Amino acid sequence: MNPRTNPKHSQKNPFRIALAGNPNTGKSTLFNALTGLRQHTGNWPGKTVIHAEGSYQYDGDAYTVIDLPGTYSLYSNSADEEVARDCIIFEKPDVTVVVLDATAMERNMNLALQVLEMADRVVLCINLMDEAKKKGIYINEKSLSKKLGVPVVKTSARNRDGLDRLQKVIQEMAYGRTKTNPYRIRYSDELEEKISALEESVTSTFGDRLPARWVALRLLDGDQSLIDSLHQRIELHRKEVHNHGVDESLYPVEA
Amino acid sequence: MSQSSIIPLTEGLPGQRIRIHHMTLEGTMRRRLLDLGFVPGSEVKVLQRSPLGDPVAFRVIHTTIALRKEESSQIFGEIIGGEYHESTH
Repeated sequence: MNPRTNPKHSQKNPFRIALAGNPNTGKSTLFNALTGLRQHTGNWPGKTVIHAEGSYQYDGDAYTVIDLPGTYSLYSNSADEEVARDCIIFEKPDVTVVVLDATAMERNMNLALQVLEMADRVVLCINLMDEAKKKGIYINEKSLSKKLGVPVVKTSARNRDGLDRLQKVIQEMAYGRTKTNPYRIRYSDELEEKISALEESVTSTFGDRLPARWVALRLLDGDQSLIDSLHQRIELHRKEVHNHGVDESLYPVEA
Repeated sequence: MSQSSIIPLTEGLPGQRIRIHHMTLEGTMRRRLLDLGFVPGSEVKVLQRSPLGDPVAFRVIHTTIALRKEESSQIFGEIIGGEYHESTH
């Protein structure tokens, strides 16, 4: 989806890594541990409204890390959720890392499953492993990885535990060397029929620039916020073509 | 259980555990409540009422969430247990 010509990823053309996750999963701590940037680690709603960006080097390549707002979902249409959703869908990071709280897996799986429906290049990072151990919680990451079809890495970002492994897994996926098979919920026959029908027209409109099945699902759900976002992007595209006479991409990369 | 045992969450008493059966909410608020864990089949516990009776605090997937009548009256479930008092909450 993101063909790159350079074999190595320099400062000018870094891999783009998005961090998604519920609030209070230590996502910002992980961001700081990866990038060395100091960021607010306070705790109030909407703390990270405009996403923060940082960078790191790993094995000779440059990576840009985007810290998305902490949300429980991407579908309730708050400003935070729209920012996170639009980044994953339209900016298409090379890898989306979903950060989960090891002590609250059930609550955190809602967002993880949503992201798995939206993107192929996903890594699950189960953070706060130190707290989970204290509570006697054991997590079988191999079994989770098998069931969900994407790599799962356990970390304790504040102790820097597991960060090397996470960076290695991110590198492998960024280079397209990791085959994933993200878990996609199968809905009722009636719904699946409608999804297929819509999927076709979505594909004929947007090609492979958007995840057609996911867009079809959101349209069936009547997601007005996504529809508005799609309209905006199409409008932007028209203006671009009009001003520059080129028709390269429907979704110009924003500065 | 018979259909008659299905009650709106507004009728739950502090200490009672209720299994969610269905919701009549629509749109964004429905989505929001699903995201918070008010999912058919899941269990919620009535924690306490505020002094004026509204909102009411519920425990769902290890998190406390307060709902107003507008929402809780549109979430239905069956009582599966009660009189259990968690001292920490």
